[in-house]
Parts: sequence; C-alpha cells; structure tokens
Amino acid sequence: MLINRKEKIRSSEITKESIFRDRRNLVKAGISMGIIPSIITNIISTGHGFPNSGQISNISTWQESSDEKLTPYEHVTNYNNFYEFGTGKDDPAKNAHSLKTRPWSITIDGEVEKKGTFDFEDLVDLNALEERIYRFRCVEAWSMVIPWVGFPLKKLIDYLNPNSNAKYVQFFTLNDPNQMPGVRYRSLQWPYREGLTIEEAINPLSFIAVGVYGEVLPNQNGAPIRLVVPWKYGFKSIKSIVRINFTREMPQTTWKTANYREYGFYSNVNPEVSHPRWSQAYERKIGEGLFSAKVPTQLFNGYQEEVSYLYKNLDLKLNY
Amino acid sequence: MNNAKIITTKYVVLTLCYLPFLISIFKTFGFAGGLGANPIETLLHSFGKNGLNLILITLAITPIRRLTKLNFLIRLRRILGLAAFFYILMHATVYVILDRELIWQSIIEDVSTRPYITLGFIALLLLIPLAITSTNNMQRLLKKKWAKLHQLIYLIAILGVIHYFWQVRITTIEPIIYSLILLILLTYRINFYWKRRGRL
Repeated sequence: MLINRKEKIRSSEITKESIFRDRRNLVKAGISMGIIPSIITNIISTGHGFPNSGQISNISTWQESSDEKLTPYEHVTNYNNFYEFGTGKDDPAKNAHSLKTRPWSITIDGEVEKKGTFDFEDLVDLNALEERIYRFRCVEAWSMVIPWVGFPLKKLIDYLNPNSNAKYVQFFTLNDPNQMPGVRYRSLQWPYREGLTIEEAINPLSFIAVGVYGEVLPNQNGAPIRLVVPWKYGFKSIKSIVRINFTREMPQTTWKTANYREYGFYSNVNPEVSHPRWSQAYERKIGEGLFSAKVPTQLFNGYQEEVSYLYKNLDLKLNY
Repeated sequence: MNNAKIITTKYVVLTLCYLPFLISIFKTFGFAGGLGANPIETLLHSFGKNGLNLILITLAITPIRRLTKLNFLIRLRRILGLAAFFYILMHATVYVILDRELIWQSIIEDVSTRPYITLGFIALLLLIPLAITSTNNMQRLLKKKWAKLHQLIYLIAILGVIHYFWQVRITTIEPIIYSLILLILLTYRINFYWKRRGRL
C-alpha cells in the first residue's frame, strides 16, 4: 500500500516567525563567531538529492521580496484549497498524507525540444534555490503573504527549450484516486489543469516552488513541485505538477471548464472585475483575527510594474 | 409522556439548540482549537448551517409526529423555530458587522446584485413575523390566520437551501443532501394535503 508514513510536525519544531525572519542575521552572526562553518560542511557531506522533508539548505534571498508580515505557518499549511483532497479548507491538511511524493516524475510534451519523462529532482537545481516572499490572493477574496522556496519558471522553460510554435504552457496535477480521495468524485475536471501564455510563463515573477518557510513543501501545499503566479488568483498556481505541455492553442483550464463565466483563462487579480457572486475589491488577510478590517485589493495583486506590459492590448474586463 | 417529562425534554432540547452557539463563543476566545485561519468565515458558515439545520428539523416535526404518534414533539417546535431564527439572525449579524464591516454600500450592492444573498435576505425578513407571532397569545389572537402565516416556513426553507446551494464554488455532497431532505419533507406535506382534500 502506498502510505506515506511521514511524521507530523510538532508545533515545537516549527521555527518561530521572528527567528525565521532573522535567520540570515543569525547565520551571519554564527559565521562571525566561527560556529556555523562546521554545520555547513555537515549539510554538504550528507550527500545530494532533494530532501524528503524538513529544512532546505543553501537558499539565497530574492531582493524584491515583499516586506509585509508573513502569514503564520500554521495557516499557510492548514487553510488550503486542494480539491483533490476534499473541498473543505482543512481537508488537504487532514488528507494529503496519502500523497506519495517520491519518486515523482514529470512528463514534458508538446512544442518543445526536451520531450520525455523526468524525475522531478533532475529538473530542480538544488544549488540555485531562492526564497521569495509573495502576496497570494485567492479568488475567494482572502489573501496570505508566503515565503516560497524555488526558482523562476523561466529557468525550467529555457532548459526544456520550447519551439516557436509554443504559445502557451499547460500544467497538470497528479490524478490518482488511490492517493487523492477527492478525485473519486467528478466535482471538477480531473486531472486539474492550468495554463499560462508563454510570455506570462517566462515573466521573471512566475515561480516554481519546492518549499515554503524554508522547508520542503508539505503535501497539502502542492508537494513536491508547484507553480506560483503571484499576480493571478491562487487557483492558477497549480499544485503537485506531473505534466507540462507546450501548446499552440489556448489550453483547457479546470476552473474555466467548470464555470467559464466565473473563472477565465487569465484570472489576473483585479479589484475592478467582480466575481459574479462576490466583489473582488477587498480581501481578507488570513491570520489577522476576527475584528481586522479588510484591505483593498490591488490590480495584478500589486505587481503592476512587473506584469502590466503583458496585457497592454487586452481588455481586462472581457479577458478576466 | 407526562408534563414533568415534557418540561425536562424541553430544557434538554433548548440546551442542545444553543450548544453550537456556546461552542462558537468559546472558540472565539481561543478555546477548543479556536476559530481557525478565517474566523469570520467560520462563524458565518457555522451560524448559517445551524439555522438551516433547525429550520429543516422544525419542518420534520409534523411528519415524524404522524409517523411515530409521539405527539409531544409538537411542543418542541417553538423552541426549535426560535433557535433557527436566532442562528439566522447571528448569521446576518456576522455578515453585516464582521464580514461587510458595516459598509452599507457594499451590503446594498450584495443584496441587490447577488441573487443568493437576495434570497437569504428575503428568508431572514420572512422569519421575523414568524418569530414575533410565536407566542401563545399571538397564536390565540390570530386564530386560523396563524397557521396560514406560519406556512411561510416552507418558502423560507426553500430560499435557505437555494441560498446555501448557490454560494458554494462547486456542487458537493452537502448541499445535495440538504436539497434531498427538503424535497422529502415537501413531498410528504403535499401528499398529505392532497389526501386530506380527497377525503373532504
């Protein structure tokens, strides 16, 4: 049976945010005091390969990270939409232990040079991981601030080398009823699929995450490898990727197939374009408590400078 | 069942009705695991669902009474109905104060442009006269009109279930179960009504 006997993380093992945020200073202090070097050699000597769980070493810092207060680890890992493990927000954390993330292969196909099936660890350069703190805005009008660990999607795309016919990139999530209780019901189109234009995909913000909060991604957050597109609604940031397909035509995406009036292909964060059943003008920040005020949502989730060139000739009201 | 037993039963039912509310209050103060990552959503959904559950239970009283001949059940209906009103009122209060932050413009926009909220709002309005006329005095005063007025609960239940069904992002098993229960209760009622008419 495919049961992942991964131990639960005790709350005492979780790094406090204040320490987490200050860890680079701690490391610097450690180096200056001569404590750290021996630890570093230890990590290197434990060998290669991506760790199954726990801390990720050798993470560089991205200079443009958001300086907003991080959403607490317990909320980032316990309040999730991952319908493959149930439709309740706490279902993924409860059920995703059955996901087996090693070995994990990803199939590359379509308009691309390096077709084939790869072990995901061969697509991740362990020595070039960086941490990026991004805002995360869910289509349900709540938001988080999350420190992801990973690398720009562009790096992967450059390596795979799509040809000039590749106008879009489509991603697929694993679809295994033995590991994912949610896909036994046809509540959504399985496998879950998402897509970007090739220009969006090579935008420097498009990110492949393999970790969060300095640790390997927990299963409920889309282990072992997921997409993060911070200027789009969260459902675009597809989890647990098993296939990447480079296409000529705009690919099918799961939520658009489920309800095209409510969820478009682009799904850029936009306070001016309401979801038909609720306003997108404000967002509820997760972890701020019962009496906190909502905050105004920003166009492209505040990443206008980085991405607005992509939509210069596009009517955002029609292409939601 | 003797009177003393019925009174005891009433207190037990009363306690059970308001227990979920008390638990929510405990959770608000961080006990019993707290309200989670999105406390407003947790309260909103908890109160709404408890209200809907109680509405369906009040509708089930008469069929169950007829089937089981447990006539004392009718004497629990007012407690259940008022508790339903209480939860729906709390649901609306959380929505207005915590979720919409008393921004009337956004509430008016919601009620006027989002049909599932419109339906929920109508259901709440319709519950008000039922709660006001729930006393023995009112029942005596209104005589036959009282029963007519309180038939509004069928419409309220239908609005409530649609309100629930319409706000979920995808169809899951829960709203389907609510709809089926409502359908069974309504079918029973219509059936009974036609049979009685046939006899007259």
